[in-house]
Amino acid sequence: MNAESNLDVEDPQITQIRQSVIALCGNFPGEYWRDLDQKREYPTAFVRALTEAGFLAVLIPEEYGGSGLGLTAAAAVLEEIQRSGCNGAACHAQMYIMGTILRHGSAEQKARWLPRIASGELRLQAFGVSEPSNGTDTLSLKTRAVRQGDHYIVNGQKIWTSRAEHSDLMLLLARTTPKEEAKSRSHGLSVFVVDMQKAVGNGMTIKPIRTMINHSTTQVFFDDMKVPAENLLGEEGQGFKYILTGMNAERVLIGAETIGDARWFIKKAVDYANGRNVFGGPISKNQGIQFPIAKAYAQTEAANLMVQKAARLYEQGKDIGAEANMAKMLAAEASWAAADMCLQTHGGYGFAEEYDVERKLRETRLYQIAPISTNLILSYLAEHVLGMPRSY
Amino acid sequence: MKVLVPVKRVIDYNVKARVKADGSGVDLANVKMSMNPFDEISVEQAVRMKEAGTATEIVIVSIGPAAAQETIRTALAMGGDRGILVKTDQTVEPLAVAKILKIITEQEGADIVILGKQAIDDDSNQTGQMLAALLGRSQATFASEVKIEGGKAEVTREVDGGLQTIRVNLPTVITVDLRLNEPRYASLPNIMKARKKPIDEKTPEDYGVDITPRLKVLKTTEPPVRTAGVKVESVQELVAKLRNEAGVI
Repeated sequence: MNAESNLDVEDPQITQIRQSVIALCGNFPGEYWRDLDQKREYPTAFVRALTEAGFLAVLIPEEYGGSGLGLTAAAAVLEEIQRSGCNGAACHAQMYIMGTILRHGSAEQKARWLPRIASGELRLQAFGVSEPSNGTDTLSLKTRAVRQGDHYIVNGQKIWTSRAEHSDLMLLLARTTPKEEAKSRSHGLSVFVVDMQKAVGNGMTIKPIRTMINHSTTQVFFDDMKVPAENLLGEEGQGFKYILTGMNAERVLIGAETIGDARWFIKKAVDYANGRNVFGGPISKNQGIQFPIAKAYAQTEAANLMVQKAARLYEQGKDIGAEANMAKMLAAEASWAAADMCLQTHGGYGFAEEYDVERKLRETRLYQIAPISTNLILSYLAEHVLGMPRSY
Repeated sequence: MKVLVPVKRVIDYNVKARVKADGSGVDLANVKMSMNPFDEISVEQAVRMKEAGTATEIVIVSIGPAAAQETIRTALAMGGDRGILVKTDQTVEPLAVAKILKIITEQEGADIVILGKQAIDDDSNQTGQMLAALLGRSQATFASEVKIEGGKAEVTREVDGGLQTIRVNLPTVITVDLRLNEPRYASLPNIMKARKKPIDEKTPEDYGVDITPRLKVLKTTEPPVRTAGVKVESVQELVAKLRNEAGVI
C-alpha cells in the first residue's frame, strides 16, 4: 500500500522522529500486547524503551532535560506508536501532565520535578480529576483540601485515575474554597503535585478497576492525606483555569493517537483483503470490501487535518478550545469507524485474538468517552462557538 | 581510526515499487524513501566501533539529491559525527560512486570504509569491491562479524555454502551483510543533536568525476504475477508432470 504518499512536505525532523518511533515499536509486536492484555499487566518494557529513547520528554524544555519540541512532534510520536499496533495509553500522560507544572509552577518547583520527569526517574502520569458523583462536571468536584499550617489535608475520592499504580506523582485537583463561598463558578479549585510514594498507605488508597481493556485505571481514596503547602501549583483557587490549557493539549494528542489507530486498522484491512482469497480471487476486488476501507481512509485524512491544525495553533500560543475538541472528536470517530470496518473486513477472523483487531477495537473505543465524551464536545461547540444556550 | 560510511537514499523497503507508465524506471514521485537497510547496518557497525574505542570519528557520505541530506541526518542521529553530501540529481552508477568515494576516502584519510553489500533499489553489489580496487586496498565483503585488532580486520563472510573467516590488513574496505548486527533506532536527544552536526555540501564536479552513465536502461518491467500452483496426489503424478508438462526430466 502506498498510502504513505504525502504531498505535504513535513518537517524532516518530525519525519525522522516518526521513523525512529516505528523502529522502536517494531520490538513490541502484537503478541507482546496480547499477552499483557490477557494478564491485564502494565507494558513496563515498552514504557522503559520509550523513556530511555527520550520520546516521553519531547515537550519538556531542554533546560530541564527534555527536547523542548512542540505539540506536533509529540503528536507524531503518539500517532506512530498507535499506528505500529502498540498502545501509548500506558504512558502518554507522562508527556503532557507535566505541562501544568511547566506553565504554572514556580522556578523552584520546575527545577525540583521537571528534570527527573524528563529522565523518567519520576513518573507523573496520574491525574486526579473525575469523581464518582460529578463525572465531567469538574466544577462540582467534592474532594477537599484544607490548609493546616504548612500542609493541606485532603479528603475525598477520585475515579478513573489511570496509571495511578504506575506513577510516582499525581496531579490532583481539589476544592480549597467551598463552592458556596467561591468568588465565581470556576474559582475555588486548586492543583497539587502529590508525592504518591509517600502518600500511599498514609492517607491515599488505590483500588484498581478492571475494564474492557488493559488500561490500569483505578479509584483513589484520600483520607486525611497530608500534602505539603509547597506542592500547591500557582495560586490557591485558580486550579480550574490551570488545568484547561493542559486539557486542550491532551485532546490534540489523543486525537493524534486515534489517527494512528485508524491508520493501523486501514492498513490491516487492506492487507487482509488483498491476501484473503475466496470465490476465486482476493476479496479486495469487490467494491463492497473496497468502499468501506476507502471511506475510512478519507475520514481519517480529514480528521487528521484538524488534529494537525489544532497542534499548530497550540504551538502558536492560540486558544484552541474549539479545535482541540473537534480534533479529538473527529479523530476518535474516524478510528472507531475504521475499527468497525476492519472487523467487518476480517469477518470471523477479526474476532480471533491473534489478529489484534478485536483488541485494538476495544482500545480505540475508549476515546469517544475519554478524556472527554463526545456529547460534551458537541455541547461546547454549540454553546461557545455557535452561540446557542448552555444545554446542561 | 577514522571510519567512512557511505549511505544511499532508496525507496523504502515497505513500499511496493511501481514501474513508470513508459517503462523508463521505477516511479519515485511521492514515494516514501529511507536509508538503504544494509547501510543502516554499516552505520551501526561504525557506531559500535566508536563506542568500543576502535574508531575515533565516523564520517557519513551520501551521493544523491538534496533530500539525501535527511538520510545523512538519520545516520548522524545514530551516532555519525559529520556528513558529506555529494549533490546530484542524476543517476550515479556504482563505478562513478566508487570513484567519488575513492577521492573522499583519500582526502579524509579514512582507515576503514564500511558499506552495505548492496542497495535494495538496483541490487548492484559492486560499489565496495570497485572502491577497494581503485584504492588498491584489501576488501572483506558480506561481513557477518567484524573484529579489528592490531592493524588487521578479522571478518567473517557469508558465502555460498557457509561462513568464511578472513584476515585483511588495514586500511581496508568492508561490505556488510544482514546478520552483522541489528541497527539501533535514534533516541530523541540524538535526533536533536544530529540537526546541529555539520554536513559539507559538494558536487561530483568538485571531485572531477564524470558521472555520465555508462549503461543504458532498455526497459523496466513489473515482475511477472505468480500464478497458483497445483497439488499432486502422488510421486508418480509429480514425475509424470515434470516429464510431460514441464519437460525438465
